[in-house]
Amino acid sequence: MAKKNSTTNEGIAVMKTYKIFIGGAFPRSESGRYYPVRNGSDELIANVCLSSRKDFRNAVVAARKAQAGWSAKTAYNRSQIIYRIAEMLQQKKELFVKEMKDLGYTDRRARDEFTASVDYLVHYAGWCDKYVQVFSSVNPVASSHFNFSVPEPMGVVAGFASNESALLGLLEAFIPAICGGNTSIVLASEDHPTCAISLAEVVATSDVPGGTVNVLTGSRKELLPHFTSHMDVNAFLIWDTEAADSIKIGQEAAENMKRVKFYNSQDSAVLSPQRIIDLQEIKTTWHPIENISGAASGY
Amino acid sequence: MAKTKKNISWDLSPAPESAGHVTIDKRYELFIDGKFVPPATKKYFKTVNPATEEVLSEIALAGDKDIDKAVKAARKAYENTWSKISAAERGKYIYRIARLLQERAREFAVIETLDGGKPIRESRDVDVPLAASHFFYHAGWADKLDYAFANTSPTSLGVVGQIIPWNFPLLMAAWKIAPALACGNTVVLKPAETTSLTALKLAELIRDAGLPDGVVNIVTGAGDTGKALVEHPDVNKIAFTGSTAVGKMIRQSLAGTPKKLTLELGGKAANIVFEDAAIDQAVEGIVNGIYFNQGHVCCAGSRLFVEESVADEVIRKLKHRMNHLIVGDPMDKNTDVGAINSKGQLQTIEKYLKAGEKDGFEMYQSQAAIPKKGFWCKPTLFTNVSQSSIISKEEIFGPVLAMQTFRTIDEVIDKANNTPYGLSAGVWTDKGSKIFNLTTRLQAGVVWANTFNKFDPTSPFGGYKESGFGREGGIHGLSAYLNFQG
Repeated sequence: MAKKNSTTNEGIAVMKTYKIFIGGAFPRSESGRYYPVRNGSDELIANVCLSSRKDFRNAVVAARKAQAGWSAKTAYNRSQIIYRIAEMLQQKKELFVKEMKDLGYTDRRARDEFTASVDYLVHYAGWCDKYVQVFSSVNPVASSHFNFSVPEPMGVVAGFASNESALLGLLEAFIPAICGGNTSIVLASEDHPTCAISLAEVVATSDVPGGTVNVLTGSRKELLPHFTSHMDVNAFLIWDTEAADSIKIGQEAAENMKRVKFYNSQDSAVLSPQRIIDLQEIKTTWHPIENISGAASGY
Repeated sequence: MAKTKKNISWDLSPAPESAGHVTIDKRYELFIDGKFVPPATKKYFKTVNPATEEVLSEIALAGDKDIDKAVKAARKAYENTWSKISAAERGKYIYRIARLLQERAREFAVIETLDGGKPIRESRDVDVPLAASHFFYHAGWADKLDYAFANTSPTSLGVVGQIIPWNFPLLMAAWKIAPALACGNTVVLKPAETTSLTALKLAELIRDAGLPDGVVNIVTGAGDTGKALVEHPDVNKIAFTGSTAVGKMIRQSLAGTPKKLTLELGGKAANIVFEDAAIDQAVEGIVNGIYFNQGHVCCAGSRLFVEESVADEVIRKLKHRMNHLIVGDPMDKNTDVGAINSKGQLQTIEKYLKAGEKDGFEMYQSQAAIPKKGFWCKPTLFTNVSQSSIISKEEIFGPVLAMQTFRTIDEVIDKANNTPYGLSAGVWTDKGSKIFNLTTRLQAGVVWANTFNKFDPTSPFGGYKESGFGREGGIHGLSAYLNFQG
């Protein structure tokens, strides 16, 4: 934490309180619990929230409430908002590099991951108004109907970010979801929580409507059954699952047929629209056409 | 005009389809590795014509050993032949199946109706032609998959286990087998125990088409047979169509395994009629939505929502139309509503009729006379049902419609989406912008606007939420049978 002998002409440094991000606000955990995060020299960096089941449930309520509005925004608008996150992030480079180094990153690794994170945002910002075109179809049915299939957001997506990474891993856990009109709840890397909360502060100042993205910090082990069993969550994402967990996840997710995606931190293909389509349903719409090519119009 | 005598009967004369050209063997064995073989269980079960309760044939009951044999045959065929031949050749085999099925269409339609109870008009005009078209459509995909999924290098999965229901026996077999084969997989398919015959006839046809032994295996039996297939360690993927309850069990049993899964489960579709709809066409759509195939349709429009201002008119016209539905002999070409598929299903439906009456909702049944033998349920309409009642929440899978009224668009969308299911929905209005408002906001995999219960091999089918995941048909359906890089 703060060096006791801060230089006198700068005054005593004001330290940041790291809180969680729910519904556009930054509350502390309702449980009042915390866990300490320390740097390589075993100095306290922060006490971050040890989020509870109730915090998660509050986040789901916020995400559900925000979902209709977020998915109703034009794709162009969503694209600009995600681009805005990149703009807001870019100007805080030194903050994030410092935070990553406090969490044990080398300077080089921190700078590389920061650059990759900004690039990631710019890449997905561009997908918002394109993936629908790539994954849609007009289907030539053998009757007099106009028939087309388009991807639609699943709804509320909850995810456990990769534990391996401080910044990019967190983005992977919610950016493809919100690109596609879903709203999101992410549990930050348990080992790298401070960066995640700073990113939440970036998101909060990027015109992302409250509740669209919600970020919790806490224990993966404790929160896993709550994430997978919640009946109002449409999809669950997780990185680097252990075999025993994957059985439990599949069993609990079956109750409301939650869609589950298992990803691997070593996967290189993070810049893929497949990550967006993983969180979309395909909807097919039929409508009669009056009499083309002699076929009777079938109501 | 000349005076005519009173009491003219406007009833149609019987127009029975002949079953004379159809042969149904006394006994059917399992189709494994290109041959019909007796089951290791040495057990057989009877299959019954639900319209007459006559036994049609007896069917081999596959046990664990038989499933293992079938999966081994499928694995061997995958490794030795099916994954070795070119994609174009694979496609040519599937084209052959489509053509042979078209040639034998009448025979398949008759057997489908005898074994399952659906009207011959539907098996002749819907089930069999659609089944053939599914093979024909997917055959052409076999050598074009790289175009369907750019930059992803699609590859086959291996051995696929498929379990299908009794409501569209042959059609569901085609929905499952055609894309699986086109994508380069081999198949072990289990039909439903009350409707095995057309799947076994399809096995004969596949043998006649000269497909390499073991590429398609058909194993018959009930739930335990399906369970053995799901749990077999050498199956790479399970595709299941059936009830949501069984779908959940399958998913739980596969949790933590590398097996892929797609599920096409139950539904409780909203069919929404606005006051500006073409009411006569909407009434046709309501009838087609719920009474088609005796309501044994997962995407049936079983919840009817009518705008309050036209509710009386819709009810009057609907009852009139219901009374003109001919219920009875499925082999009669005039029949609209055939036999309920099994005694068990009839009991389930009757349980729901009682529940609806007990809740105090107004029940109306068509005036049709029904045969004494066999399993029958008259087309039924419940009006003024409540959103929370059993008959508007649970899938009945019979000719039972639960109607509510509404006043505003937001209200009806809330009501329509307030269900754990999300397979299909319907909307009737003459206003284009209203159609797109509704079709966008209804949470369902298939939305029919000013039509209902239409199906096509090019059109992806499948659900949201507890109606399952994955699509069947169209370019999107192929991804259920492929692995991708990236």
